[in-house]
Amino acid sequence: MNFFSGISAIIWKDLKAEFRTKQLLSSMLIFAVLTLIIFVFAFDPTKDVVRQVFPGMIWVCIVFAGVLGVNRSFVSEKQNDCLTGILLAPINRTAIYYGKTGGNLIYMAIVEVIALPLFAVLFNYNIPAASIFPLILVVFLGTLGFIAVGTFLAALTSNARSSEILLPIILFPVMVPVILSAVQATGAILSGAQTADWVSWLKILTAFDVIFLTVPVLLFEYVLEV
Amino acid sequence: MINAMGISKTIGHKTILHNIHLHIKPGQFVTVFGPNGAGKSTLLKILSLVTKPSKGDLVIDGKNANNFADEIRKKIGVISHNTFLNENLTAKENLLFYGKMYGVTDLKDRIFDVLHQVGLELSMNEPVRTFSRGMQQRLAIARSILHDPAILFLDEPYTGLDPHAIQILNNVLAQLNADERTIFLITHNFEEGVNLSDRILFIVNGKIRYDGEKTAMSKDDLKNLYLMKVKDTA
Repeated sequence: MNFFSGISAIIWKDLKAEFRTKQLLSSMLIFAVLTLIIFVFAFDPTKDVVRQVFPGMIWVCIVFAGVLGVNRSFVSEKQNDCLTGILLAPINRTAIYYGKTGGNLIYMAIVEVIALPLFAVLFNYNIPAASIFPLILVVFLGTLGFIAVGTFLAALTSNARSSEILLPIILFPVMVPVILSAVQATGAILSGAQTADWVSWLKILTAFDVIFLTVPVLLFEYVLEV
Repeated sequence: MINAMGISKTIGHKTILHNIHLHIKPGQFVTVFGPNGAGKSTLLKILSLVTKPSKGDLVIDGKNANNFADEIRKKIGVISHNTFLNENLTAKENLLFYGKMYGVTDLKDRIFDVLHQVGLELSMNEPVRTFSRGMQQRLAIARSILHDPAILFLDEPYTGLDPHAIQILNNVLAQLNADERTIFLITHNFEEGVNLSDRILFIVNGKIRYDGEKTAMSKDDLKNLYLMKVKDTA
């Protein structure tokens, strides 16, 4: 069995099941939009200070909506013991991780495509055309890092009794480098800073992504045994 | 076909299986009986390569499970009281998913064949959540034979089945047995288990307490022996 066919089969199955029920996507979207609305009411969009905390608000929205998604990625496989069904298949265990990561990344991309433009509109934030590509790059790398760690830890906590509570508790401390780098890079890009001012944050994000996309190759099989 | 050598499994401080030695010949139908918590399902999980033993070696079809896990998995099918089916997908979509995972060729034709075998070809486009327990278990049978496995592991497959589904399961097992497939069945159903198998195992407290051919003694004697073994170790 080809490693990549295994990954694509898992992504296909997850998306097919999700688009039929839309349970997860609708919760993530509702959560993201509600967070956004609360921020709009809590902070006056016309004040300059709000512009300074704007990158933080974006990432709070992304991370909290994302936790809902990653939490479900392995818990949903508990119904009818579907995870055992997947474990029986002749595919490398790492393919299961990458398949789940791919599915989660697509859910997050859908949420971000809807929520981020809404953020800019409701906060009347004019994003310069030159900042759009770097911003997309930062959002992609930040989301990838978040999903890479989140999916890995979701597998680890899925057998725990209170996995919904346990996952955020162990996920957020590990996520600090990603959130910090993503917020700083987003702030610098939105303020029109020179490339040199945010590229170091981008390097940290890239390094984090590479590390946490590689660690499961070594450890995911053991995580599933727990 | 299956050669387990000194297999033990410890979870935390509890030893679930103690030094299991088991040799199953190709085409043999082995039924395992044992009380709840005896370690039967753990043994099945180890033999089907879902989990690894804490000690011991497993060789299936001449290949060591540590080095050739994926090659061995292609030859294994599992039916459990859990169906391993995604309830939000249709019967066909579930089989498409598992077919892709096993790299089944001519998948659409094969799906129709196995659905026909379990009498679900007319319900192939309905979501599994609308299926009765019996229909879900029949679909699970179709899933387990989709990749034409040489070895079939069954973990209490009769749980919650109606007589029609039991009949279908027994027909499939008889057909597979006639095709010289190796079958390893765990059940509490003494009648069905003894009738179908060639060889009987009793597992109690993680140890094999009896291993013999079905013809070695009568069904009643086997049942009395089983009850005695369970009582002795209680």
